[in-house]
Amino acid sequence: MKNRVAYFGVFTALALIFSYVETLIPINFGIPGVKLGLANLVIVIALYKMKLTEVYLLSVVRVLLSGFIFGNYFSIIYSLAGGLLSLTVMALLKKSKGFSVMGISVAGGVFHNVGQLIVAMLVVETFSVGYYFPVLLVAGLITGLVIGIVSAEMLKRIKNIQF
Amino acid sequence: MNWKKKDAVLILTVLLIAGAAFGVHEFAGGDGADTVTVKVDGKVTGTYPLAKNQKIRINGGTNILTIKNGKAKMTDADCPDQLCVHQKAASKNHESIICLPNKVVVEVDGSEESEFDAVAN
Repeated sequence: MKNRVAYFGVFTALALIFSYVETLIPINFGIPGVKLGLANLVIVIALYKMKLTEVYLLSVVRVLLSGFIFGNYFSIIYSLAGGLLSLTVMALLKKSKGFSVMGISVAGGVFHNVGQLIVAMLVVETFSVGYYFPVLLVAGLITGLVIGIVSAEMLKRIKNIQF
Repeated sequence: MNWKKKDAVLILTVLLIAGAAFGVHEFAGGDGADTVTVKVDGKVTGTYPLAKNQKIRINGGTNILTIKNGKAKMTDADCPDQLCVHQKAASKNHESIICLPNKVVVEVDGSEESEFDAVAN
């Protein structure tokens, strides 16, 4: 059990690297706020391999670190809202059974965007951001699907390892 | 890959909600828009007609809004991410351009509630 700290560090490093890789990919979907969310891959894997409290901690640490390194004060708040809402929904769906990794990841992607949109509404005190709602839903669906498929493949290969 | 039935239900639900939200926006909004309202930190700082080509300095110059040919577009911002500058021009009712770091919101409104602000830069 003393390996927990080491594994936690590895996961954090992995999530940070994915955040970094994402800043290098110059894909602009033409829509503000739409990203692939590579770091969510690590969160999804962790959800299946670690204790839930550790996944929450991982999510928060990841957002804070990558926010300080690559982002700013605003991006931390948005990522935190999106990340925590997304993780909560994913954890609930996983508990309720009946969903595959893909389904859970899709829900995670969608609610990541929903969480950020809610913060955006609170910050600018307007509901007109609702205009982006359908776009962000579909974007979250697609990115969640991609992350889910990759996660499913990865989980298949690390089936025998439990962190 | 082991897809499950509930996955499909989930994806379809999301698509339906997105479609419905899009439909509501498209049909509830639409034409009849002729002014843009600029808000900073939730407070209205000015309302400008879309018909007149002009450049508007917002928030003491942190953002520059350009109105041209009936469309409003953020042409300059001092924030690092420049997301608002990359947003498409707004011309339809209820469309908006938002700069989160500066808390600037530009909304297109219908004529029914237009109140022209005398202070146009």
